Amino acid sequence: MNGERKIRPFYWSVRRELWEHPAVCFAPAAAAAVGLLGFLVSTLWLARSVAGASPRHDGLMMPYVFTAFAVMMIGFLVSIFYCLSALNNERRDRSIQFWKSLPVSDLTTVLAKAAIPMAVLPVVVMTVILGAQLVMLVLSSLVVLVNGVDPGRLWARVDLRLMWTVLPYGLLINALWLSPVFAWFLLISSWAKRMPFVWALAPWLGLALFERLAFNSTHVIQYMGERLMGGFGEAFSVRGEGKAAIDKFSDIDPVHTFSSPHLWGGLAVAGLLLAVIVRLRRSRDPI
Amino acid sequence: MACIDARGLRKAYGKTVALEGVNLTVEQGRIVGLIGPNGAGKSTALQAILGLIPHEGELTVLGRNPWTAREALMTDVCFIADVAVMPRWMRVWQALDYMDGVHPRFDRAKAEGFLAKTNIKRMSKVRELSKGMTAQLHLALVMAVDAKLLVLDEPTLGLDILYRKQFYDSLLNDYFDGDRTILVSTHQVDEIEHILTDVVFLDEGHVVLDVSMETYEGRFAELLAAPDQAATARSLGPIHERQLFGRSILIFDGVDRERLAPLGEVRTPGLADVFVAKMTATFPGRERAA
Repeated sequence: MNGERKIRPFYWSVRRELWEHPAVCFAPAAAAAVGLLGFLVSTLWLARSVAGASPRHDGLMMPYVFTAFAVMMIGFLVSIFYCLSALNNERRDRSIQFWKSLPVSDLTTVLAKAAIPMAVLPVVVMTVILGAQLVMLVLSSLVVLVNGVDPGRLWARVDLRLMWTVLPYGLLINALWLSPVFAWFLLISSWAKRMPFVWALAPWLGLALFERLAFNSTHVIQYMGERLMGGFGEAFSVRGEGKAAIDKFSDIDPVHTFSSPHLWGGLAVAGLLLAVIVRLRRSRDPI
Repeated sequence: MACIDARGLRKAYGKTVALEGVNLTVEQGRIVGLIGPNGAGKSTALQAILGLIPHEGELTVLGRNPWTAREALMTDVCFIADVAVMPRWMRVWQALDYMDGVHPRFDRAKAEGFLAKTNIKRMSKVRELSKGMTAQLHLALVMAVDAKLLVLDEPTLGLDILYRKQFYDSLLNDYFDGDRTILVSTHQVDEIEHILTDVVFLDEGHVVLDVSMETYEGRFAELLAAPDQAATARSLGPIHERQLFGRSILIFDGVDRERLAPLGEVRTPGLADVFVAKMTATFPGRERAA
């Protein structure tokens, strides 16, 4: 029609995913909204605690930490359920025949779907947390001000600079760490005819049961736990050991994190699984 | 170069053979009807042509191997499977945006023009549209693509007669321009009969008839035999005979109309009748079912 129109299959494939799965944006936002609502009620007592003595752990940071944590957990849950339906729904409702009638390759489609949990959701989570915390900060500053207390006393104790550095760093590491998990769930979604959730977990649980009974050991279940939830520890604790949370800038240790063979091994597995998914999407029939 | 060229096209699902050595050539600018009973292999053939399934034998569509070059091929090929494949969660404006963003040959203004003639609203979701409206939407999207080949697999299945008629009318009036090629498979033979330039009968994975409509008219004749001429007519080797109000209706393949004229009324048989004749000729057991 006109020369300037850009053909961007990847960009529009990602947009398409967000149209089909609005929860990717709305669920983290809803979690933040609940946090904000609770925080709003708590501001009734805020001025008093700011004006009061200033013990080191007076809980003023608590709402910020809890909201961030809740948004991240919701983001993680949405990722898992998104992955399980991403390649299954289009086969179930046969719309895959519509998508395949357009000049968009299976590779582009699969990468766009993988980008949702691995790139889009971390950015959404970060943005939502940032937005919610900003609102909290402005709101509490106003409340404090109205009550005649110097907001500088609040800002001295609610210092978000560290959190706003650790969060993007941690979300990136977490996304990389979880990439083989997402890829595995996407694979099951493109392979299973029904109940992808069961298929995604059953082989691992079966293996764990077998191992426990045959050798009386628990390596499989430990590995599962580490892969599923260890990303948070890897991302948000000192040296990824899950013992002490990062609480100063010098605790951030990208050299240590990015030299972890577990991280790179996981990425390699994710890449391999994605290649298999592309092949599967090419040849699987609608259900 | 032929638009579609298949040589010895074969497809088996496990032990079930869906296509067995199909040879088929479709030239540019034709409207070809692919007709066959359920399980004849029509959908399989179309899926192979669209690069949705791997195949054995040689197959080129617009000079490309559809299985290895699907996304390149889909720039020039459009496909409507049936009304159920539009994603139900999608809104009309999203479909327009998406097509506009991924398809180099999509003309958005044209699609909006087609949609303006319908009752389809921009904000509607596909799930809120009736079957007929979904078909209208899909057709509007497809007709706005400047494609070389349009493949239709039972595009009007489950639509009422008004939508079905409208579907083929807009296809002919607003889309077909003599350069484009259309390949359509359907059960509703009589509805597409008048728009076809060629017809291919498929049965049990084999091509049993492949003729242009001009050849078809010269080749097939239907005789409503005069009561006293029925026996003579039968001796000329009809491929099918049925009774209507006590008179015999016989279908002939390749018998000169001059010879039939004295025996009763001669006309060109409908595709459906020749279809039944051909199917029961190969598999006599089907007579009753057909």
